Amino acid sequence: MKRKPGERLAAIAPYLWLGLFFLFPFVLVLKLSLSDQALAMPPYAPQIDWSAGLAGIKRFLDALDFETYARLKSDDLYLVAYLSSLRFAAIGTILCLLVGYPIAHGMARCAPGRRNLLLLAVILPFWTSFLIRVYAWVAILKPEGLLNMALEAVGLPGLSLLNTPVSVYIGLVYCYLPFMVLPIYAVLERQDHSLLEAAADLGSPPWKTFWQVTFPLSLPGVAAGALLCFIPMVGEFVVPDLLGGAQTLMIGKTVWTEFFSNRDWPSASAVAVVLLLTLVIPIVLYQRQQAKALETGQ
Amino acid sequence: MNAKGGKAGRQRLNIGAVRSKFSPWTDPSAEPLVRFEGVVKRFDDHVAVNGVSLAIYPGEFFALLGPSGCGKTTLMRLLAGFETPDEGRITLAGQDLAGQPPHRRPVNMMFQSYALFPHLSVAQNIAFGLRQENLPKGEIEARVQQMLTLVKLELLARRKPHQLSGGQKQRVALARALAKRPKMLLLDEPLGALDKKLREETQFELMDIQQELNTTFLMVTHDQEEAMVLADRIAVMREGQIAQLGRPEELYEAPADRYVAEFLGDVNLFEAKVAKTAHPIASIMVPESDQALEVWDDDCPTAGSTVWLAVRPEKMRISLDPPAKGTVNVLAGEIWDIGYTGDWTNYVVELADGKLIRVARANASRVVERPIGWDDKVWVSFDPDAGVVLTR
Repeated sequence: MKRKPGERLAAIAPYLWLGLFFLFPFVLVLKLSLSDQALAMPPYAPQIDWSAGLAGIKRFLDALDFETYARLKSDDLYLVAYLSSLRFAAIGTILCLLVGYPIAHGMARCAPGRRNLLLLAVILPFWTSFLIRVYAWVAILKPEGLLNMALEAVGLPGLSLLNTPVSVYIGLVYCYLPFMVLPIYAVLERQDHSLLEAAADLGSPPWKTFWQVTFPLSLPGVAAGALLCFIPMVGEFVVPDLLGGAQTLMIGKTVWTEFFSNRDWPSASAVAVVLLLTLVIPIVLYQRQQAKALETGQ
Repeated sequence: MNAKGGKAGRQRLNIGAVRSKFSPWTDPSAEPLVRFEGVVKRFDDHVAVNGVSLAIYPGEFFALLGPSGCGKTTLMRLLAGFETPDEGRITLAGQDLAGQPPHRRPVNMMFQSYALFPHLSVAQNIAFGLRQENLPKGEIEARVQQMLTLVKLELLARRKPHQLSGGQKQRVALARALAKRPKMLLLDEPLGALDKKLREETQFELMDIQQELNTTFLMVTHDQEEAMVLADRIAVMREGQIAQLGRPEELYEAPADRYVAEFLGDVNLFEAKVAKTAHPIASIMVPESDQALEVWDDDCPTAGSTVWLAVRPEKMRISLDPPAKGTVNVLAGEIWDIGYTGDWTNYVVELADGKLIRVARANASRVVERPIGWDDKVWVSFDPDAGVVLTR
């Protein structure tokens, strides 16, 4: 079959995009992680000596090694930071699910006119800068902030939430809630209402119908939402930095510190590469689940 | 021909071709299973059900028939509990259903879309209702097996709904609705999604199952043939009200008004004026003929009133020769169109004043001496008992 040139371009466009904006930068980072720290500009070695031609490239490749990764392994700090990030992300995702599912469910049950309004309300925060919204939480949670003013006004003792894990969770849930709500809403909204009637008709009270029909059928949305929350949460930097204070250890902050404070670009890159490989696992699992779902026609 | 349709009154015969012994509605001591009493249901300013009173008897196969939007589905949903009536009441086995949520009502419904749970297997779908009652596991399994046998799906028990054909899904839906042994089974357009051949097979299976279980069935359909084949009684609905209620043959052969006559099957309607009534025959004048037509005078109003004469196409005769002198009810015309369906041939005949009527003839033999063709001059005739005089 002969294809028009435009068609061919359309077919390779996604690959071109991924190659240019994902694969190429990733190769750069990978190369960086195999280099060594150096007191130079840029602060790493080796550099490719283009003037020496092929021999120069060969010399460059020979100088690359896994030394940085060995260092990551030997230093507990990195492992603790990874585990702490995964824990923050896992708990944050569960909290998002607990808050987001009822919201999505309520929206899907609304009259169509009201639904669009609520959908708009969920998306509305995206219209302001992420950074500003997180700063707003600083203003709310700080000791002399809005929350404590409100608590004082009704005669309750103040809370010191800022720079604690609690404020990190508040920030994570606040920032990633739409990513949980929207996929679940999309699944629930498509759900055939007659299934609920059929369940009721067969003797199932509404709360039982939720667990027997609504929830199992919404699992693809839950999986998509959990993935959309979990993955960026693991590498989150802004929320732990602004709301978590100095003692909150997350891998995003570690990368930042290595890169800008220690000027150790190879270590920062190695941390990022390991993070990426860790996150590939849930993505692959999700892909397999999706493929299975597609196969069974759900 | 003349002897059969002559002026001299002959013995009145029974309506219809079916004799049924099952007729609890004629027995005043029989207790209905379901009773609708003056039920009204409004949606905003639209009245979906407008004062329906109806009794359905145990063991009956009852059909609600009508075009979309006539309120038949709403009436069924009121019984299932998915809607609540604004006025009137619904009783089941003498018990008022008001305030009972759907999951507590002893009726089960087969949904038009089947509404099978996509994440559950065939067996799990059928077991769903039984599991809600917390029956022992062994009993659930036995009941599921029994239902699978009933609908002949034993081999597909572990399949998921998306692996089934339309006909198989329909059977699963039926088995699931019957598994709880409901007092009454509600069927919402049960055969609507099946193709013609499968529909016919399934019709008879549905009747067999109903006989075997002796469950009361209430069916909603817009398909008059489906209703007539399956139901003991049919309520024809129009704009939220019951236009006529009766056995299929009563509705077909003795429709109450033009709406029912036209909704069930084909009919030729003639607007007429009553010339005179001489029991048992009434003479009526139609613009299509200068001769008075002779019809039975059942319910025929007095001379001078405007009526409609309804004659079914298959109750008319068509011939290329003028009928013998003295034959009553003869209309001359020309063939306008012919539709051949194998078992029947439908002729559209243009009468003198341009009115088109339909005449159907069974193709009882393979060969014909003189076939009727386009533009042929023909004579159409019918007996005095072939037509019904309608006042509405």
